Amino acid sequence: MNESRFKRMKDLPSTHLLGSGTPMCSGCGGLEALHEIYDILGPKTVFVNAAGCMTLLAVYPFTPFRGSWLYTAMASAPAGAQGIRDALDILIEQQRLPVEEDLEVVVLTGDGAAYGMGLSSTSGAMERDLNFLYICYDNEGYGNTGQQFSGATPHAARTATSKGPHGFAGFKKDLFSIWAAHKPSYVATVIGAEPLDLARKIEKAMQLKGPRLIIALAPCPTGWDYDPRESADIGKLAVSTGVWPLKEYVDGRVVHTKVPKQRQPVEDYLEKQGRFAHLFEPQRNEQLLQELQNSIDSYWAEIEH
Amino acid sequence: MTRTLLTGNAAAAWGARLASVDYVPAFPITPQTEIIETLAAWLDRDEMPGRLVMLESEHSMITAAGAAATSGVRVFTATSSQGLLYGMEMVYTVAGWRAPFVMVNVSRGLASPLTLEPDHTDIMAARDSGFLQIHCASCQEVLDSVLIAYRLAEDHRVRLPVIVNLDGFYLSFTREPVEIPEADAVSRFLPPFDAESTRFSASAPTSQAVAVLSGTPYSYFRYECHLAAQNAITVYDEAAAVFASVFGRHHEAVEAYRSEDADIVFVMIGSFATKAREAVDRLREAGQAVGLVRPRLLRPYPAEQLLRLLAGKRGVAVIDQNLSMGMGGVLHTELSAALYGKPGAPAVLLSFIGGLGGRDITPEEFYEIAAVTRQAAEDGVVPPPRLLYSRDEHREVTKLQAIAHTERNELESKP
Repeated sequence: MNESRFKRMKDLPSTHLLGSGTPMCSGCGGLEALHEIYDILGPKTVFVNAAGCMTLLAVYPFTPFRGSWLYTAMASAPAGAQGIRDALDILIEQQRLPVEEDLEVVVLTGDGAAYGMGLSSTSGAMERDLNFLYICYDNEGYGNTGQQFSGATPHAARTATSKGPHGFAGFKKDLFSIWAAHKPSYVATVIGAEPLDLARKIEKAMQLKGPRLIIALAPCPTGWDYDPRESADIGKLAVSTGVWPLKEYVDGRVVHTKVPKQRQPVEDYLEKQGRFAHLFEPQRNEQLLQELQNSIDSYWAEIEH
Repeated sequence: MTRTLLTGNAAAAWGARLASVDYVPAFPITPQTEIIETLAAWLDRDEMPGRLVMLESEHSMITAAGAAATSGVRVFTATSSQGLLYGMEMVYTVAGWRAPFVMVNVSRGLASPLTLEPDHTDIMAARDSGFLQIHCASCQEVLDSVLIAYRLAEDHRVRLPVIVNLDGFYLSFTREPVEIPEADAVSRFLPPFDAESTRFSASAPTSQAVAVLSGTPYSYFRYECHLAAQNAITVYDEAAAVFASVFGRHHEAVEAYRSEDADIVFVMIGSFATKAREAVDRLREAGQAVGLVRPRLLRPYPAEQLLRLLAGKRGVAVIDQNLSMGMGGVLHTELSAALYGKPGAPAVLLSFIGGLGGRDITPEEFYEIAAVTRQAAEDGVVPPPRLLYSRDEHREVTKLQAIAHTERNELESKP
C-alpha cells in the first residue's frame, strides 16, 4: 500500500465537488461525510442509490453530483452496481468504451437498506467479488420516514417506534463484522467529524479492487434530536467516548485506526441528544447508563488487551 | 435451414443466443431453469460470447438486468411465477427506467396453494408495469418472439422492456420441431443495440431514474411510458412484417384461425389456444362456424385488431387461464372494455375460466363453450362467468378430503 497523501488536515482537498442546496436537513452528518468522500472519489463515479434520505439528492431535473447516478430501490442497490459494473466491463472488453471512460461504481444507501432489506443483495455482491464501493450513511434509524428504529438503532435510543421509558429494547447490529465475515477487500468505519481518518480510508479503498464497504456514522439532528450546529461535536464525541470505533478490515485483519487514549464517559455523548433524554430525566436511569458504559468498556477491553 | 427438436426453454435460449446478448443476469426457478442452464453451458464452452451472472434473487436479477441495459449492453433474462412476483417491484421500476431488454417468463400458477403447473395469473400481475408482453403458443414462436422482442424493445419509438411468455410444461418441457435461423439472417433482421444516450461514461455523466417531487413531472414520465407502449403496436407490426420477409414466418399481433366466416369465436392466449384450435377443427367438421382469435401481443393491447376481427360475430367466448379474485378473467374484462360501445361489437361476450394450475381443458368443454355461447347469442342473455370444473374432479377433491379426515381421525384415536 502506498503511503497516504493525507498526512495533515491541510492535505485534504480544499475545493468541494458536491453541489450545495440539497434538500438534506441542516447539520446532516451523512451529507458531511458524503461531501468529504466525494472530494476524494471525484466525478468519475456512478452512484447507485437505494431508498433513503439521500435519494432526495437527485430530484428531477437537478443533481449535486458531477458524475452519474442511478436510483434503484431499497433492497437492491448492490445488484444495480453489479449490472453497471458488468456492463462497463463488457463494453471495455468489446472496445465499445475506452478505458478512460470507465467509472468507479459506488453504492450509496442508508442504514435501513444496509442493515436490513439490502443485506441479502450486499452479501450476494460480496460473494461474487463485485468490484464496487459501498457507502452506508448510518443515522441509526429509518430517518427519511421520521426515525423509526432499524437494525442500526442503538440500545435505549428513543425513536418514533420506541418511545417508552427505556427506549429501543434491541441492540445495534454489528454490520462491520457481518460484512467482514464475507472476507471482502476492505471494510471501514468512518465519521465526517474525523475527516483525515475518513480521507485515508477512502484513498485506501480506491487503491483496492473488489468489494470495499464503508459505514459512516451520520449524526442526525432531526432523528437524534439536537441542534444542527452540534453535529460535528457529537461526531467527535462518538469517537472520543468509544461509541463509534474507527477501524478497518483489510487482508483478514481488523485494525483500529484511532484508539481514544482516555475515553470520555458515554454520558457526554448521550446527554447531548434528545433521543437519550429519558436516561437523565425526570431522574437518572443509573442502571441503563451503567449498562451502556459497560458494553462500550467491554468492547474496548478486548481491543486494548 | 434445419429443423431441430427443441423444448420451449431451449428455443428461448436459442433466441437469446441468436440475438447475441451481451449479458445474462440469472436466477433458477422451475420451470424456467433449463433456459439459463442452456445459456450457461454455451457460455462455458465458448459457443457464444457474453457473460452470465447468478444473482441471489429475482429482485436483484431484474435490478441488474435493468442497470446493465441502461448502461448500454444487450441483456437477456428469464423467470417464472413466484420469481416474477418476488422481482415485481423491479419489474415496474426498470420499465420506468425505459431499460430495453428481454425477459422470458415461463408461466406457472401462483401460491397459494403452491404449484409448479402453468396458468397466466403470474404474467397478468405484470400487466400494468410498462413491460410489453408477447404470448407464445409454440416452441418456434418462442424463438422467433425473442428476436422480435429485441427489435421492439430497442426501437427508438418504444424503448421499453419486453416479456416473452410461454407456458410451463406445455411449452417449456415439450419438444417440437423448430427452425433455428442462420446468424446472418438474424443480423439482417436485428441490428446491433444502439444505446443512444442511455449509458454511463466518464465524459458524459448522466443521472438516471431520479425522483420527482410532484404529480406534474410524475404524470409526464408515466404518460410518456404509456405513449411509448402504444407506439409499440405499429412497431410490432413493422417488425413482424420484416420478420416474415426475412424468415418466411408470420407472427401477427393477433392470430386469427378460421374466424373470418365464423359466427362464434373463442378468444385465448398461450399454448392452450392450440387445444381451442383443435376443437375449432372438430366443430367445423360438425358443420359449426366456429373460429379462434389469439392475441400474441397483450401489451400494448391490440384493441383495434381485435375489434376488426370480432366485429359482426354473433357470440364471443373468452377463455381465461387466470383469475382476478372477486372479478373474474382478466382477458374477458379487457376485451369487454375494448369492445364496449364500438360499432359492430359482438352482442354477447361470455367468460370462462379454465386451465388453472395446469388443469386441462378438454375438447368436450370447448364444444360446450361453443354451445353455451351460441345459446346466449340466440337468447340475447349472457350467462354469468363459468368456472370450468367437472363432477369427476370435484369427486377427486372430496376423496382427498375424506382421506385427510380419516388419517387425522386415526391419529387422534390412538392413545
